[in-house]
Amino acid sequence: MSGELRKLLVIVTESSLERNLVRDFMEWGVTGYTITDARGKGSRGIRDAGWDVSANIRIEIICNLDVARRVMTQIRQKYYANYAMVSYLTDVEVLRSEKF
Amino acid sequence: MDPVVLFFLLGLLAGLAKAEIRMPSAIYEFLSALLLITIGLKGGVELAKQDVWQILPQVLAVILMGISLPLIAFPVLRWAGRFTRADSASIAAHYGSVSVATYAVAVAYLARENIAFEEYMAVFMVVLEMPAIVVGVLLAKGISRRTEWRALSHEVFLGKSIVLLVGGLLIGWISGPEGMVPLQPFFFDLFKGVLALFLLEMGLIASGQVGSLRRYGVFLISFGIAMPLFSSVIGAVLGAWLGLSLGGIVMLATLAASASYIAVPAAVRISIPEANPTLSLSASLGVTFPFNVIIGIALYHKMAVWLVQQGVGS
Repeated sequence: MSGELRKLLVIVTESSLERNLVRDFMEWGVTGYTITDARGKGSRGIRDAGWDVSANIRIEIICNLDVARRVMTQIRQKYYANYAMVSYLTDVEVLRSEKF
Repeated sequence: MDPVVLFFLLGLLAGLAKAEIRMPSAIYEFLSALLLITIGLKGGVELAKQDVWQILPQVLAVILMGISLPLIAFPVLRWAGRFTRADSASIAAHYGSVSVATYAVAVAYLARENIAFEEYMAVFMVVLEMPAIVVGVLLAKGISRRTEWRALSHEVFLGKSIVLLVGGLLIGWISGPEGMVPLQPFFFDLFKGVLALFLLEMGLIASGQVGSLRRYGVFLISFGIAMPLFSSVIGAVLGAWLGLSLGGIVMLATLAASASYIAVPAAVRISIPEANPTLSLSASLGVTFPFNVIIGIALYHKMAVWLVQQGVGS
């Protein structure tokens, strides 16, 4: 059983952005995503998820290269300057590739 | 000292000592929701006994206060504190708005001192929460087309604290005192226990602000103490002028003195992205909240007693 290659885009950011990002995703052609609560430390200090304002989320999107690049360019323009945000892209093998 | 304040101190000290207590954030959410609903319900029941038209002028006066406080704070922050326009506007918005936990501690304080107050004042909390946010955004950006007013109004009117408070008020209002009887044990009898746990968590969160306070220095700390002192005078005088009872004056002074850390940070983060959230939060949570809880409320009580003795307003 062998799958097909797709891209996995992971974005770690402030949970206060969740609603805005989800709306943006639809506009940028993302068809699905998974969001989990996260915590950690980075250039903007410890984000320990103790309460709303210091909470982080980790968003995973499996998509094709075009969509991934579009999302990365857009979030960089729109959010990187003022928000805690990290994103990275890797290859993944998926089954039922028509879903992504 | 009230045991709930001791819980706050426990959290603060444990946090500073890096002790391993950490409440799951779901518990924090649950406790804060419970406090909001309880305060709303109590307010609603009281509201049902009042002539709403009689309260309306009071509500309008309180809204005016909510608009003026950030307008006073902004120039101080901008020129004395030398903060950027966005940061000044954001901090000003926090100080114009209110803190539910501070209100709850004042409720506990007055209960302990056996002083009655107008419990429908939960309505004041609702109307104080919102205007400061809008004033803050206007101060930061002017009336700009770039402001996403739709997203902002969603945050302002459908933020967690507003929905739960207003929801509680309406349920209390519709159900009346008899309707509340079955809810009594869960919401009202447990109030102090819930508040104690919530304050323990608040102490932990406040202790986390100490690091950034060290970085941002003396001005922020002085502002975090001077601003509530100043606002409390405005709140107390307004309360006396509106003819509130002694307890009511203490509550309005406390509401004026408190600074938001739930509704405003969330709304400001979206609407004034360039403002540094660490600044406003370390002032409101790291300085003003502890100050109000430990010293402020007792001080506002003394001030209210003095005002009543002077016969101000009557």
